[in-house]
Amino acid sequence: MTSARSADLVTVGGIEWQLVVGMEVHAQVATRSKMFCACSATYQGFDPNSHVCPVCLGMPGAMPVINQRAVEATIATGLALGCRIPDTAVFARKNYTYPDLPKGYQITQFEYPLCVDGRVDIPLPGGDTGTIRIRRAHLEEDTGKTTHEGGSSLVDLNRAGVPLMEIVTEADITSAEEAYGFLVRLRTILRYLGVNSGDMEKGALRCEPNISVRTAEQAARGAYGTKVEVKNLNSLRAVRAAIAFEHNRQARVLAKGGSIEQVNMGWDESRQITVLQRSKESSDDYRYFPEPDLPPLRISPEDIAHIEAGLPELVQAKEDRYVNDWGVRPAEASLLASERPLATWFEAAVAAWGGEDGKPQTMALWVTTELLALLHRQGEGQDLRQIADIRVQPHQLADLLTALADRQINNNTAKQVLAAMMETGEDPNAIIEREGLALVSDTSMLDAAILEIFEANPDEHARIQAGEMKLLGFFMGQVMKATRGQADPQTARTRLQELLGSGS
Amino acid sequence: MTTSDKSPHLDHDTVRAVADLARLNLTDEEVVRFAGQLGQVLAHAEKLQAVNTADVPPTPYVLSLANVAREDEPAPGLSQEEALANAPEQDRGFFRVKSFFGS
Repeated sequence: MTSARSADLVTVGGIEWQLVVGMEVHAQVATRSKMFCACSATYQGFDPNSHVCPVCLGMPGAMPVINQRAVEATIATGLALGCRIPDTAVFARKNYTYPDLPKGYQITQFEYPLCVDGRVDIPLPGGDTGTIRIRRAHLEEDTGKTTHEGGSSLVDLNRAGVPLMEIVTEADITSAEEAYGFLVRLRTILRYLGVNSGDMEKGALRCEPNISVRTAEQAARGAYGTKVEVKNLNSLRAVRAAIAFEHNRQARVLAKGGSIEQVNMGWDESRQITVLQRSKESSDDYRYFPEPDLPPLRISPEDIAHIEAGLPELVQAKEDRYVNDWGVRPAEASLLASERPLATWFEAAVAAWGGEDGKPQTMALWVTTELLALLHRQGEGQDLRQIADIRVQPHQLADLLTALADRQINNNTAKQVLAAMMETGEDPNAIIEREGLALVSDTSMLDAAILEIFEANPDEHARIQAGEMKLLGFFMGQVMKATRGQADPQTARTRLQELLGSGS
Repeated sequence: MTTSDKSPHLDHDTVRAVADLARLNLTDEEVVRFAGQLGQVLAHAEKLQAVNTADVPPTPYVLSLANVAREDEPAPGLSQEEALANAPEQDRGFFRVKSFFGS
């Protein structure tokens, strides 16, 4: 359980109202075909009702067959969430009448889900860790899309039957920030596993928080307030805002002596408020029963071991390894591990440059600051996964940092070269050589420049000879100017001091 | 078999709720009649409660089949024209149905 330290409280009417949130997350499973038929699972950008067949159209006599990959992806997700995988999973019919599923029922899992009892640990402000327990994760089919137009609805069933994972948490979330943190971490895990794109805007990942508030007195005796479900949340920001809004709204209603109805609310993005969507007059009666067309799934310990062996190193393990083995600071480690392609790029760069002598932290800083700044400038939005497509290869950044460490170039030049590498994909040394960017540490060249500067500035030369050492900065500036910033500062300073000394 | 006293749980409101889920409009007389008939069906099924099933694992599926699955390989289905061929109403490639929420 999370402690109350990060909990959001709203005080209305002298009473503190605690927030309690449980989350239902629907994630489309990244498969090629649908859950129970071989229709293509891609539906966006296609003509309506062009990826359909008798099974997903709900035609009489059509028989569903389970997509093996969707089952494995759900088990992999369960394992990554620390779930137990029961030995039997059973599909069930959830009966309801709505045109988005022409069968009149959705095939889902009810009493026997694929995954139960997991947890997600999330970093909280101040270095604490919060734990959100996962009650279950199961597999079902997505519904079609309906568009309301006048008095009728237009139905496209391309999405009907796309595999959908439902992940349900316990009501462990006590702040809007924690809800945000949970979703970010869950999305990262799903992307690491390659089971879901994580795109909330496109509806591939959907989240429905169940929100209620209660007083400390209610909490002490384990009582909960009436919960409200919020739908239509298309971004992580919207989830956070909707939870904060509902917290305030419910606290106000209750403080005024009102009561909260168990309803579905929708999120109005433009007005940033929740609006009543559907009042539940009677409780839903889905009349679940085992799906007679689908035999149960028996999951053996060998199946589980096989899937577990195929899991990639996950986000928390990577973060810990960067910090503990490589001495990377937590801030950089967390950012680098947040997307798998970014972590892969970083690890390849460390492999090319070396994992010793603080090199990983230097590399981490170059990647998280300079490289990501360039990526943001040329990429679309802030999607860090775009690093997989940049022209700079990890070993080329390692070469650049070697040139910097060897003082062939200075820091500013290195940034300049990296920008050029982003454009052309060339090796840094090729750019340094062609553009003549290497630092001048050839002492004869430097000496000649310095003597010229002495001649051009007789006054200052006389004053520094007389002991006015603060003029050293002026002369360093002149040397850098004369060499177009390419003088190695350390060599230049030494030569300057020696020539001043020998002249006196 | 005598009837309604054996199924006191099947009151008229339950019959109306079940009829509603099945999209059936029942008259009051029919509600009374079906309460009796459905009550008999339930009473018959309740005889199974007498069987001792303590050692029987849950049986969601009666055949001994399990793990019937297919590879994740897409294959073409129906064309849009075929899919919509039996639709009472269609519009720009969509099925058109009466709106559930009014508008």
